[in-house]
Amino acid sequence: MKAITTQLRSMYRALARSVWVGAAVGICAATFLPAQTTRTPIPERDDVALAAFARVPNSARSRMNPFEGNLQEIVAGGKLFARHCAQCHGEKAGGTRRGPSLLQGEVQQASPGTLFWVMTNGFVRQGMPVWSKLPEPQRWQIVTFLHSLNFYGQQPDQK
Amino acid sequence: MPIFHNPPARPVFRFSPGVLLVLSLLLWGTRSFAQESPYIVTYDHYLEEPGNLEVEYFSTLGTQRGGHNFHAYWAEMEYGTTAWWTTGLYLDGQTTFGDSSVFTGFRVENRFRLLQREHLVNPILYVEYEQISGADKILKEVEGHDTEADFLSPNSESRQEHKHELELKLLLSSTFKGWNVAVNPIFTKNLLPSEPWEFAYAVGVSRPLGLKASPRRCYFCAENFIAGIEMYGGLGDVESPGLHDISQYLAPAIAWNLPSDWTFRLSSGFGLNPNSHRLLLRWGVSREFSGFGETVRHLLGGRP
Repeated sequence: MKAITTQLRSMYRALARSVWVGAAVGICAATFLPAQTTRTPIPERDDVALAAFARVPNSARSRMNPFEGNLQEIVAGGKLFARHCAQCHGEKAGGTRRGPSLLQGEVQQASPGTLFWVMTNGFVRQGMPVWSKLPEPQRWQIVTFLHSLNFYGQQPDQK
Repeated sequence: MPIFHNPPARPVFRFSPGVLLVLSLLLWGTRSFAQESPYIVTYDHYLEEPGNLEVEYFSTLGTQRGGHNFHAYWAEMEYGTTAWWTTGLYLDGQTTFGDSSVFTGFRVENRFRLLQREHLVNPILYVEYEQISGADKILKEVEGHDTEADFLSPNSESRQEHKHELELKLLLSSTFKGWNVAVNPIFTKNLLPSEPWEFAYAVGVSRPLGLKASPRRCYFCAENFIAGIEMYGGLGDVESPGLHDISQYLAPAIAWNLPSDWTFRLSSGFGLNPNSHRLLLRWGVSREFSGFGETVRHLLGGRP
């Protein structure tokens, strides 16, 4: 019994030490390492991000959304958006310090294929990670949700 | 006239700074849902989202022929410095049953995304510095001619050996139709000039059980589970190349990504040759904290 108590005590000490050193290093890293998403002023950053839409290849722009307008997929896409995207783009997609608004005309007018491509490839230099780890149907569900937010009542273009 | 003070009453329960830290992490306001792979040894090409901190705890329960079984554990903190750079810290410890528990060292890792866009094969450069003792048993990677017999020494003896190692990996990973295939060639060098470069590998295949998300919030939906299998082992070293005296493992694994931001992983590694441990049962729990960097900078009065 005493041996077990001693073992548990030394395990606890090792873990406690681990947590402390880890927390210290984590806080130092978070404080002093540059986080690219928050250093650029928002308007400039948003312009750069949206300008990157121009780099989407034509073949990708013309891809059709298999779930276009499907209510169930919009709801599922909303759930996925809340989980994966809202932390940067805001709960209502209106943008935060970390990511641009997705209610802007440029985004809302973009074709489904364009949004799908952006989500798959990210804009790594601008701070948008690649999201290909989400299976393809889930990325289309998010695109469906984004287009359901069509704030200006405009039709997405099919360049 | 003497003034008598009652001694201050001892609080029934005192919050230690460690408890406060854990509580504040648990109560962290910003939510982030991770889509973590089931791999424990293999790496795919997905990095931490910028500004996010992922805190992970892993355990390995290993069998040991001719000695005592062990429970090795490590804490891992990974921070997304940018969308193309993730930095992390590991802290290792182990308990050998019938022997003792020891803190066995730390590792600092950095992963760099080499290509900006998604490609058929996506390379990530992994650079790690390890400062561990000979008692380290987490078996995060099995290198060179590592075998089960290397773990027989008692902790009091093995912890006297100190290793400073540089580990380089090229993480090659591809995702297609929901399937992820990852191949990691590993090159390790003990920084003592007399020690040779050692080689190892890890490969993994995984796929979510459900590709489409259900419209409702659920815990047991197929989309929340990712199943996979890993294979890893040593490949000899420069001085003694070849596949003799190496250990190899095959490990089915599963990850459960909960909507409440937690991920659980379970993996059962089976030794494939007589030099390997018969069983390495691993499990882990992790949580991602979104906007960690921004919040810390704000708290410390830095520029938002």
